[in-house]
Amino acid sequence: MKQLSKGSQWVLLLIALCGAFPALLKSQSPNDSGFIATLGELREASYSDKEAIVERLSKSGHPSVRAVLTGFLEDRLYFRNSDQKMFIVKTADADPLELIDPLTLKAAGSASADSMTKIGSNNGLRRVLRTTIAHYSLSSPDPAVRLDAVREMNKALDEPAIAMLRERAVVEKDAAVKKEIETGLALAALDSSDAGERLKAIATLRGSVSQDVRNRLAALLDKGSDGSYAESNESVRKAAAEAVQHIDSWRNFYSGVETLFFGLSLGSVLVLIAIGLAITFGVMGVINMAHGELMMLGAYTTYVVQTLMPGHIGLSILAAIPAAFLIAGLTGILLERTVIRFLYGRPLETLLATFGVSLILQQSVRSIFSALNRSVVTPDWMSGSLRINDALEITYNRLYIVIFTLIVFALLMLLLRRTRIGLDIRAVSQNRSMAKAMGIRTEWVDAMTFGLGSGIAGVAGVALSQLTNVGPNLGQAYIIDSFLVVVFGGVGNLWGSLIGGMSMGIVNKLLEPYAGAVLAKIFVLIGLILFIQIRPRGLFPPTGRASEDK
Amino acid sequence: MRVHSRSMTACLLAAATAFCQVASAADTIKIGVLHSLSGTMAISETTLKDTILMMIAEQNKKGGVLGKKLEAVVVDPASNWPLFAEKAAQLLEKDKVSVVFGCWTSVSRKSVLPVFEKDNGLLFYPVQYEGEESSKNVIYTGAAPNQQAIPAVDYLMKDVGVKRWVLEGTDYVYPRTTNKILEAYLKQKGVKAADISINYTPFGFSDWQTRVAAIKKFGSAGKKTAVVSTINGDANVPFYKELGNQKISAEDIPVVAFSVGEEELSGLDTKPIVGELAAWNYFESINTPANKAFIAQWHTFIKNPKRTTNDPMEASYIGFNLWVKAVEKAKTTDTAKVIATLPGLETPNLTGGMAKVLPNHHITKPVYIGEVKADGQFNVVWKSAGEVPGDAWSDFLPGSKDIEADWVTLNCGNYNKVTKTCSGQNYK
Repeated sequence: MKQLSKGSQWVLLLIALCGAFPALLKSQSPNDSGFIATLGELREASYSDKEAIVERLSKSGHPSVRAVLTGFLEDRLYFRNSDQKMFIVKTADADPLELIDPLTLKAAGSASADSMTKIGSNNGLRRVLRTTIAHYSLSSPDPAVRLDAVREMNKALDEPAIAMLRERAVVEKDAAVKKEIETGLALAALDSSDAGERLKAIATLRGSVSQDVRNRLAALLDKGSDGSYAESNESVRKAAAEAVQHIDSWRNFYSGVETLFFGLSLGSVLVLIAIGLAITFGVMGVINMAHGELMMLGAYTTYVVQTLMPGHIGLSILAAIPAAFLIAGLTGILLERTVIRFLYGRPLETLLATFGVSLILQQSVRSIFSALNRSVVTPDWMSGSLRINDALEITYNRLYIVIFTLIVFALLMLLLRRTRIGLDIRAVSQNRSMAKAMGIRTEWVDAMTFGLGSGIAGVAGVALSQLTNVGPNLGQAYIIDSFLVVVFGGVGNLWGSLIGGMSMGIVNKLLEPYAGAVLAKIFVLIGLILFIQIRPRGLFPPTGRASEDK
Repeated sequence: MRVHSRSMTACLLAAATAFCQVASAADTIKIGVLHSLSGTMAISETTLKDTILMMIAEQNKKGGVLGKKLEAVVVDPASNWPLFAEKAAQLLEKDKVSVVFGCWTSVSRKSVLPVFEKDNGLLFYPVQYEGEESSKNVIYTGAAPNQQAIPAVDYLMKDVGVKRWVLEGTDYVYPRTTNKILEAYLKQKGVKAADISINYTPFGFSDWQTRVAAIKKFGSAGKKTAVVSTINGDANVPFYKELGNQKISAEDIPVVAFSVGEEELSGLDTKPIVGELAAWNYFESINTPANKAFIAQWHTFIKNPKRTTNDPMEASYIGFNLWVKAVEKAKTTDTAKVIATLPGLETPNLTGGMAKVLPNHHITKPVYIGEVKADGQFNVVWKSAGEVPGDAWSDFLPGSKDIEADWVTLNCGNYNKVTKTCSGQNYK
């Protein structure tokens, strides 16, 4: 009996085990099947229903939620038409699609793009997804990802988000992330019932320059419909008002810095388009109406180089700089040799002839590349912006162009001051016959000078391709501005072009917020006309004997 | 692309002339095509010329209309507004065409209006425009403001919850009129003046830093903000680039555009602008059998499988089919009789609905709002319930509120319901 009972115990145990084993498996299973069922609802749901489904998915706590939602955000969530089964795919819009099982996150074969349907998202849904995923990114090993996650969470603070931030604050090592978490917690503490807590929170937030923080603090000072303040405690209100003022003054300061930077960046574009002209017009006295089209050639060169190196967008921009210099420079030399050299000393005819050349160049570009604008892709390192703080961000493309202008200017200065060809150019421009008497081949120098100015126009075109449309009309939009800068700065003076261009840019950008883009430009023009009345030779007029020839 | 379309035109024209010589001119019906093939508007208008040529070729395959073959008379007004009027006169008086498909910009339409009214011609105008017009001799197959701008604003207000508005436009007549209508509409909906910012920039504007920073600032007041953009063609590229660089995503401050379609996006790096909105009555991505067939037909005709289709092309398609129907119903190509037959006629559009000609010479159109996808196509996120009838005179402007256009009962394009007077055709 005993033995038997022992045996039966074993059997019972076995039976129990056998029963428990599927049960053990199943303990995962209801969660899995629930998860899959919820996921499946996405197939038919409207955008607002999808938001609710995403919330339910994230609450399910399933281990693959993050992967699924990230896939959804990146347009990589599909279902198979034949059996309505949901899949994540490796890369969206590929054909065939490589499938990933949403439960196990393991590869699940592939399917043709036609047999799969994508689950669509819209802006509102993507915002929800991003905030939800931020919760999972809080423990990412990369501090930059964590920082973004905290910023996302601070935009929509709710109970679970606050709890997660609190948890993270204890273990967070990175100073920037820690500070952002403190801001978030302080924002949450503004809702605390304890006035002391609220005061402490305001003291923390006072150091921020973020617009969201400012709005939140300013909301405390709002009066409700019954005349009572949103914040009941007087001293808290006072502290909040003071903090708002403090933040505002800093924000004003940074917006001033921003305007100054905008001015500098517009100015550097002006300088870049003008220094080529400062050489051909300023030094040689040739009114080259085709200068804008030389810039256009530079911009198209960028496009061609980019098409030739499809896999290396970042590199192609760098490669385009010397290419554009050569192509525009050679076109310039050709132009000088075939047209301009016969017209020296006849400015009106030069003007007309080069205008004709500009039309020819435009039309040939139209015939080769079509009248449609070409799209030049901005490399990753040139898009986005450099974040100084919550109030000030500087866009990379403009920053690089400011730096680029200064480099081009410095190189040009070096060339003119420190090299043999530079010496020749200066000699010919100061006194042609004397230079000739000294044995300088002035004709050759003329061609080189013109080529140099044209080459720099080409380089400017590379920069412009990052800012504006690459099309046949690109040059026309900039030619007037470049002449203005050269005249304003003083004909024949490179420093004048630099200072002139920069100051025109800054004045334009200072006026623009008040007067609008159209009026600001008009004011700048009127100012220039008046200035030329007082100082006809520009900011830095040529001095000495050279000035008397002209 | 250009070369292809050119040579195709040449082929067709050659074929048509050859045919004429054999069959004698009286056996064909002449159709005028008045789209710029050179100058600034050529980019957009050449596509419409090709669309009409494709439709004509297709109709001829089916045996033409009333047993006669159709013959295209293509002229080039060269994006020159006065030249539009001259070419229109040439088509109507010298070539004696039965119908004209043409114009893109509002100023070109205004320029040809007196000619069509004097010679009693018939023009099908295929582009969305600012409204405030209804001519006896024009059928407007593009959207009036209530078929594009107003539904887009409604969508943003109701579905996205937008409270603050930036109306950003290029400085010319279409944006200014549209923004005037939108401003009046928003104020009527209870939006405060402080929550509306209107700004204009010149054509081809490229230095958007200050404007985008201002939009960012305007949008950070704690209320959901959207930009309604009537920015014209070229200036859009640097505008969207700057938005991307200053990290303003469509999730934060969406931009809804009325002049950015598939064709415009094809010249643009679309990655940074994914999620931005556009409102149209047709998108290439709308999956209907009619649309699929149309796209396939277009690719074969233009011999380039990468060419996109767009909203004005659909409007040209609808206009052509309406004309064929009207001629077959009236059993004549006489313009007066065709015009009288047109109101009430229906033809299927490409998105599964019906386009019906209304007594005010506008048509019914569905409204779609799409978000830009990375591949340059649109993902439709909203569509109107059924078709919206085009309203020639906006109900939101004080000057045009009481005005009605009705060519069936009132026989007037500018009838004041209050004073009960007809002010005739308004083409100052």
